[in-house]
Amino acid sequence: MPDQLIFAMEVFLNGLMAGVLYALVALGFVLIYKASGIFNYAQGVMALFAAMTLVGIMNGQVPFAHLINATFGTHAHKFGWNIPAFLAILMTMAVMVLLAWAVQRFVMRHLVGQEPIILFMATIGLAYFLEGVADLMWGSEIKKLDVGLPQGINLWIDETTFNIFGYGFFIDNLDLVATVIAALLVTALVAFSQYTKQGRAMRAVADDHQAALSVGISLNFIWIMVWSVAGFVALVAGIMWGTKSGVQFSLSLIALKALPVLMLGGFTSIPGAIVGGLIIGVGEKLFEFAIGPLVGGATENWFAYVLALIFLVFRPQGLFGEKIIERV
Amino acid sequence: MFYREAGDFKTSYTDDSQTFPIKFDRYRYYVVLAVAFGIIPFIINDYWANALLLPFLIYAIAAIGLNILVGYCGQVSLGTGGFMAVGAYACYKLMTSFPDVSMFIHVILAGGITAIVGVLFGLPSLRIKGFYLAVATLAAQFFLVWLFNRVPWFYNYSASGQINAPERDVFGIIITGPNAPAWATYMFCLIFLAFSALIARNLTRGTTGRTWMAIRDMDIAAEIIGVNPLKAKMSAFAVSSFFIGIAGALFFAVYLGAVEVGEVFGIQKSFLVLFMIIIGGLGSIFGSFAGAAFLVLLPVVLKVVGVDVLGWPTDIVAHLQLVIVGALIIMFLILEPHGLAQLWRVAKEKLRLWPFPH
Repeated sequence: MPDQLIFAMEVFLNGLMAGVLYALVALGFVLIYKASGIFNYAQGVMALFAAMTLVGIMNGQVPFAHLINATFGTHAHKFGWNIPAFLAILMTMAVMVLLAWAVQRFVMRHLVGQEPIILFMATIGLAYFLEGVADLMWGSEIKKLDVGLPQGINLWIDETTFNIFGYGFFIDNLDLVATVIAALLVTALVAFSQYTKQGRAMRAVADDHQAALSVGISLNFIWIMVWSVAGFVALVAGIMWGTKSGVQFSLSLIALKALPVLMLGGFTSIPGAIVGGLIIGVGEKLFEFAIGPLVGGATENWFAYVLALIFLVFRPQGLFGEKIIERV
Repeated sequence: MFYREAGDFKTSYTDDSQTFPIKFDRYRYYVVLAVAFGIIPFIINDYWANALLLPFLIYAIAAIGLNILVGYCGQVSLGTGGFMAVGAYACYKLMTSFPDVSMFIHVILAGGITAIVGVLFGLPSLRIKGFYLAVATLAAQFFLVWLFNRVPWFYNYSASGQINAPERDVFGIIITGPNAPAWATYMFCLIFLAFSALIARNLTRGTTGRTWMAIRDMDIAAEIIGVNPLKAKMSAFAVSSFFIGIAGALFFAVYLGAVEVGEVFGIQKSFLVLFMIIIGGLGSIFGSFAGAAFLVLLPVVLKVVGVDVLGWPTDIVAHLQLVIVGALIIMFLILEPHGLAQLWRVAKEKLRLWPFPH
């Protein structure tokens, strides 16, 4: 086999893996959009916030240490203990549920019935707010996150491909783990929304707010639940990305990368988010591999958006989205 | 008492259709103009120009531009930073290629070039709407910034990849470069702002503005009553990008002098201008001014209070600023979705009836 083709295959596989990570972020968007019609721009910042909180809890950092020290002249930085990863993840989840409650209580409840675009802008405000709070709480420096996930080259794939093609593929263990976790997460979410009472209530709310209210479903509860689930997805995405590239501000920009994924897949479809993520992941890696060197590289910055833009012109509702029907 | 129509008789159609039909409003407007043109240039110094006035004037132009697109025509755009970059680079290329031509012409041409680019990226708005369009404009943002970063022709093959504004003058007065006096840069930007506001105000009062608003309120219904969506949307994109391009050109040439495109015209800039028009008021020219003033003042005030008065480290103040801006946006959307402009409208209504409550 020619070398170029083998390289392209490796790039393709790595693109698939990157796509899984995009899809993870996109999933959080789809969940909230389906349940409340809100396009939650803050999803990426939620992932950042979750990852920072996790690191902070694990290292026993004092929240708002900087602010407290500056105000009272103290020198508190750490409690002096380390919390095991599993416990810290549970505690972070509790924080995310609290956050979901706060968002529902202080923001979304007051905006019921507003136009979608107003809600969208409110979530942009929320994103800024959360980002500032996260920085104030835990400091803005780049942090290392290690919850014990395997990292580094997968030797088995390296050896197997070397025996077949005479060239070892470089696949990161972390990406493999991410794929497995994403698959589990999607299965769990689908099962949750199809077979549990709460899941059914969630779908009812998504279908028609008023009808759901009239049969006794509590909108408040459902929305807190949805935001909590989105917080959970954000936590998973935050752990994956944080382990891969460190916990830092650029994490929240992944949210922007998830947008074209959503546009390809359609805002309302969970499988769409997965397929869209894979297409974008593979597309941008292959494009960078094939065309990138000719035009100066770094095409990954914009390829996803332009692809989504061109795609949308032909199919405005995305691959799996519900058909848009417009009436006067 | 202060703000009422009583006793202000209109005797001609021109009188009746003027921009500020109420006498008090009209005089207030003349006073503002007189102060801006007649007093400030004589008392301005470098600090005031660079910290407050220039950014305010330039952001106000950008906000007017974006407000036309988002507030009047209802097409949400997150590509403002990219379009400002187009204006800046167009201005740079023109300045370096034709050194003898007046800066006025360069800036206006830069606006024109941006308008063409804006229409190009606005074309998909005919097919896609709402969020989808907002995300589609992100394509413009990232693609344009990448383009100016990667294609050396745009930055004249300079080693640093930056663009630097050479010294240029208007009627013998230096406008750009480090030696430009504060009053000259101020006046230059002010003239552009005054004309932008005038044009925008009159466009939005007339047929063009009404077709934009029809499209905003319900595009299908507008189409049925005979509004051409192609013309309305493309003209909104063109006019909006024209102003944003002018703002970008001024931002680069007059205000900063040197620009690294990813830092200055990144996605953050798009959000900043969007926030200005949300806080100021969507669909209001006054709102664009108010929002720009507010978001230019806020960091300065926070810095003065936080760093100079309370003695906090700058990074904490920077983070607090994020928190405050985010909270303000949410608060405005909840309490006053029509922004500062609506507060002003309510205040005027109260003034009209004062001292009676109803």
